[in-house]
Amino acid sequence: MKLNVENLSANRGEQTIFAHISFQLTAGDALIVTGTNGSGKSTLLRVIAGLLPNFSGNMAIEGGIEDKPIAEYCHYLGHQNALKPTMSVAENLLFWQHHCGTPDLEITEALQKIDLAGTYDIPIAYLSAGQKRRIAIARLLVTKRQIWLVDEPTAALDAKSEAMFSNLLQTHMASGGIVIAATHQPLGLKNTKNLDMDKHQVIPELLEDEYL
Amino acid sequence: MKALFWRELKLSSQVGGGMLTGVLFFLTIVAVMPFAIGPDLKLLARIGPAVLWTGALLASLLGLDRLFQQEREDGSLDILLMQETPPALLVFVKAFAHWVANGLPLVLAVPIFGIILNMSPIGIGATMLTLAVGTPAITFIGAVGAAVTVSLPRGGLLLSILVLPLTVPILIFGVTAINGAVEDPAPFLPPFMILCALTLFFSALGSLAAGWVLKQSTD
Amino acid sequence: MSETIIKQNTSIWDYANPTRFLGIADRIIPWLGGATILCIGLGLYLGFSAPEDYQQGSTVLIMFIHVPASWVAMMSYSVMTMSAIGTLVWRHPLADISLRAAAPIGAAFTFLGLLTGALWGKPMWGTYWVWDARLTSFLVLLIIYLGIIALAKAIEEPTTAARSLAIITLVGSINIPIIKFSVDWWNTLHQPASVSRLAKPAMDAVFLYPLLTMAVGFSLFFFTVHLMKMRNEILKRRIRTMKMTAARQAERG
Repeated sequence: MKLNVENLSANRGEQTIFAHISFQLTAGDALIVTGTNGSGKSTLLRVIAGLLPNFSGNMAIEGGIEDKPIAEYCHYLGHQNALKPTMSVAENLLFWQHHCGTPDLEITEALQKIDLAGTYDIPIAYLSAGQKRRIAIARLLVTKRQIWLVDEPTAALDAKSEAMFSNLLQTHMASGGIVIAATHQPLGLKNTKNLDMDKHQVIPELLEDEYL
Repeated sequence: MKALFWRELKLSSQVGGGMLTGVLFFLTIVAVMPFAIGPDLKLLARIGPAVLWTGALLASLLGLDRLFQQEREDGSLDILLMQETPPALLVFVKAFAHWVANGLPLVLAVPIFGIILNMSPIGIGATMLTLAVGTPAITFIGAVGAAVTVSLPRGGLLLSILVLPLTVPILIFGVTAINGAVEDPAPFLPPFMILCALTLFFSALGSLAAGWVLKQSTD
Repeated sequence: MSETIIKQNTSIWDYANPTRFLGIADRIIPWLGGATILCIGLGLYLGFSAPEDYQQGSTVLIMFIHVPASWVAMMSYSVMTMSAIGTLVWRHPLADISLRAAAPIGAAFTFLGLLTGALWGKPMWGTYWVWDARLTSFLVLLIIYLGIIALAKAIEEPTTAARSLAIITLVGSINIPIIKFSVDWWNTLHQPASVSRLAKPAMDAVFLYPLLTMAVGFSLFFFTVHLMKMRNEILKRRIRTMKMTAARQAERG
């Protein structure tokens, strides 16, 4: 399986966030997206996830099912954790497992992978920020998706959990998955491709009537 | 889809006192009316259906503003929209679950409120029937408002202003049908059928429109 | 931390700490429950063997449920008001637990009072409901009860909820004297109190004794359920604390 991105540009409102991004990822690849704040790292991930309709250029999956949108190949781990505070860890994960189709790991197995085996029926509200983030990571494990889009995945994690996450990413890549990560911190991955968003900025050339 | 339905039901019953709040709001509106217009039982019986419908209409709008807003704030909306499920179906299931959690208790509370408004048994039955059929339409119209105001911090008030005018036909046919059931010359079935049609129409149109708006809102 | 420990050691409420309370409650509940059954059983027997009222016929039997239920509904609110004071003045956790536990029971008795009143009103007044002062203030009591329950459910953190609940309860307590004196202050359909005129009750002994027995039975029932609910609430809070501890310890396990 291959993900081809050609000449991608994205707008938010009137503003062009980035332009002319092209890359190709095959099974087992990881793309590390770096860049200063506001350079469009998150925007790029959201465009790939199909959450921003306002873009130009081509994105395609080679060797996939015809007419299946790219979004349905993807797991998206955004800034928020997509967990309901009043529901338990298991209820949250089971819901996403049911709703996203193609189950992978059992909930208990996934919790073991993130070292939170004891939290099965504890409400999300009782967990710390780092623990919530790890439960959100467990969401990627309970259903099978080839492409993982992770946005600042390790922001709330301690060193031990960072290493754990790095391992999970490597396992995912080794089993033929693709990782696209927007991050400031090194994720401890080997053989990654890099994309520096700062090189794809568009300096806006304002036409005179736009000042109106 | 079943998972989404149960999750929505669970969330509705957990947040902010749950189903109780809506019914309580309804009860308060009904209980305040006689203070405003005086305790004349004959008058109350006559305007009872209108009071109940107005109360149910306002109570149905409670909590609707959080229908998608909460999902958006905690990031769930992004992931829900990335799945195979079309957004319209997503909206339909969520709105329907919201109605079961918040609208259905209102319908079930009507007999009690009908008694304190001195309504006849036929009137109470007709009110329950029309509310059961009509309030889902309010929820579905409200879902569009909820989708439009999803990113606004104080969307609740705006939602009511946007949605209330659109619910007028439902109110008209609901109360007309009850009057038809209670008073002899007026017919019951025609306005009731129109009410059913309105609900079916809005369940489709509301879901499609709200789904489309949500899809655009992830910017 | 250390400050709170010292406080607890020197508190006059020491005998009422939750663990002690659980022990005492466990011992008292069976006795209270037994007494409840006896009293209500006796009350029902006396009630059914009472002669028919010359005006009201057999509907007078409703009174044996209606009046005690309404009394207990108001008593329950008084218990909650005292608990509210306990929360605000001594900040004792048991006071908050007592308030929370009493609210649903009080609401149930208020509803029972309204329901039996409506059933009694139909044959007597020809209508289930009138908007007179007594009935309306009782309906307001029900709304206050339900509002307090909704508030208790809405705030998850017990310590934050305690003060809000206590203050709302105190504000709502103004309704209790209004209910009590509504029949005297306003000219209403509802009959004035016919039991508590100590010198000479306006009620015959054949009705008075079963009524009083039922009232005692209902009160005992209230206290039994109240204690049981308090026990539940304490256990629920312990489960909550345990879950929070488990969440923190999940790191090491």
